[in-house]
Amino acid sequence: MAESLLTSQLKGERLELAASGSWTASHARELETLVDSVAGEASKAKNVSIDMTGVREFDTFGAWLLERLTRAWTSAGRQPKIVGLPQHDRGLLEEMHGVNREPSRAPARENRIVGALASVGQAGAGLGRDLMLFADMLGAVGVATTRVLVRPREFRFTSTVNQLDRVAWQAVPIILLITFLIGGIIAQQGIFHFRKFGAELYAVDLVGILILREIGVLIVAIMVAGRSGSSYTAELGSMKMREEIDALRTMGFDPVEVLILPRILVLIIALPVLTFLGCMAALYGGGLVAWLYGGMSPDIYISRLTEAISLTHFKVGMLKAPFMGLVIGIVACAEGLQVKGSAESLGLKTTASVVKSIFLVIVLDGLFAIFFASIGM
Amino acid sequence: MPQEPVIKVRDLVVGFGDQIVLDHLTLDVRGGEILGVVGASGSGKSVLLRTVIGLLPKRHGSIEVLGVDLEKANEAERRALERRWGILFQQGALFSSLTVRENVQFPMRENLDLSPRLMDEMALAKLEMVGLSRDDANKFPAELSGGMTKRVALARALALDPEIVFLDEPTSGLDPISAGDFDELIRTLQQTLGLTVFMVTHDLESLYTACDRVAVLADGKVVADGTIEDMLKCEHPWVKTYFQGKRGGMLVDRRMSA
Repeated sequence: MAESLLTSQLKGERLELAASGSWTASHARELETLVDSVAGEASKAKNVSIDMTGVREFDTFGAWLLERLTRAWTSAGRQPKIVGLPQHDRGLLEEMHGVNREPSRAPARENRIVGALASVGQAGAGLGRDLMLFADMLGAVGVATTRVLVRPREFRFTSTVNQLDRVAWQAVPIILLITFLIGGIIAQQGIFHFRKFGAELYAVDLVGILILREIGVLIVAIMVAGRSGSSYTAELGSMKMREEIDALRTMGFDPVEVLILPRILVLIIALPVLTFLGCMAALYGGGLVAWLYGGMSPDIYISRLTEAISLTHFKVGMLKAPFMGLVIGIVACAEGLQVKGSAESLGLKTTASVVKSIFLVIVLDGLFAIFFASIGM
Repeated sequence: MPQEPVIKVRDLVVGFGDQIVLDHLTLDVRGGEILGVVGASGSGKSVLLRTVIGLLPKRHGSIEVLGVDLEKANEAERRALERRWGILFQQGALFSSLTVRENVQFPMRENLDLSPRLMDEMALAKLEMVGLSRDDANKFPAELSGGMTKRVALARALALDPEIVFLDEPTSGLDPISAGDFDELIRTLQQTLGLTVFMVTHDLESLYTACDRVAVLADGKVVADGTIEDMLKCEHPWVKTYFQGKRGGMLVDRRMSA
């Protein structure tokens, strides 16, 4: 399209503008440039008139730019005359006449250093808030547990069984597979490196102690945090978004008792079970690698294993599991209830839930290591 | 004034599994009118709307919008057509991670080449046109009330100056006063912008105050089609109950005495 949207002609003290073509959204960029350059010419002339006869199409974008032009002239002390605008387009122009009257307020820009300091402060406060939140959730779960102990009929048995199926039973295959592979990898690395000293047999000690005390429970806890913790947060979060939790509360139910207690209880039950299965799979994987890769017959592997490990190692691992389940459950549920209205916040909270629970699981593992060392286990 | 229909639905069949929702339905929407589509819950009003805009597949029949058959159109034609209509979803369907202003700017940003200044001005202009203040522009959808959400959604539907606006139950969930204001707003905007409005509604008031023409959906077909006066004369049992029942009758009486 070659025709110009806006042409200007200076006749003595009179600036005459002729508009034509499509004053619509698709030509808005071009039109804006033209309008802004013409607006600057207002100082040259005393009188301004604009002829809209040639305009074929006119929409809110065109109307607003025309309005912007007349405003620029009016503020320069000129009275622009608009002629030739069809009647039905006048309504649109009048509509535009009323809008954008208030000066737009630029958002206050803050100092960068102050901003950085503020974000550090906010992160600190956020950490404190999180700790409060988890303590709050732990307390609420404690209260709900005592209430259920007093009146066992109120315990949500069906829900618990359903969760147990999802969290424990359906997790078994993937947990077995992962721990089996980890056991195999540890055994392979142990044999490979100990072989240099001719101490291949000690690879079995490594596998046994490491898996039973630390790796087994850690891997399982991390897997469960990613698998079930995230789904708890997403479930509770979307229930929060759709006001289901408010609905429960108004019907006289305690959401902690109905939704959260069964979930956390299930995690506390599921983690030791999964840890046990995981440890067995890892020891099996280690044995298999020792046999096929290290040439160690199963009989030797088993007899070495019984010498290397004791019930204490097994107990240390298993004792940690329920606490890790509790931590994962508390974090996941507390984050779930923090979800606000938007889809974005659901995503953020689910991420936060997994990250925080894995972090806390590892911190807890460290604390347990100190504890067990000091009581000599 | 009679005009060439802008939406032509012919012999449309839509179903899910064994269930046929729309059964050989035929409907025209003329340019520059506000058509209200009513019907019992589950009669397929929203399904009709979603099929016309191409969100649901049809089994049979043809749909032409602004002379374009969506099924036969290629990608470019589809996109061009989608720029010429705006849709207000029942729940607003605002993007929750964007502010109100960004929501309105979203179609502009994607489809037009505009300077940031003009885009800001236009977004604020559209928001003011639907009756929102500049202070609302920086809020997030989660901070809005139901009525405000609908208004923002309408501003977003109008962002590209569409020729047709589809409204899915625009006044549901609003109090009668807000609903009345909203009807008024649709009417005013339709007149200033020369829109064609396709409105699915439950609200009798909306039909009286906003709509030029009413189409009644029952048994998967349009059983009645015409002005409110025609509806009052209609003998179809559902139409009769709807317009002359307790609530409908009250409105008619009020209208007659006014």
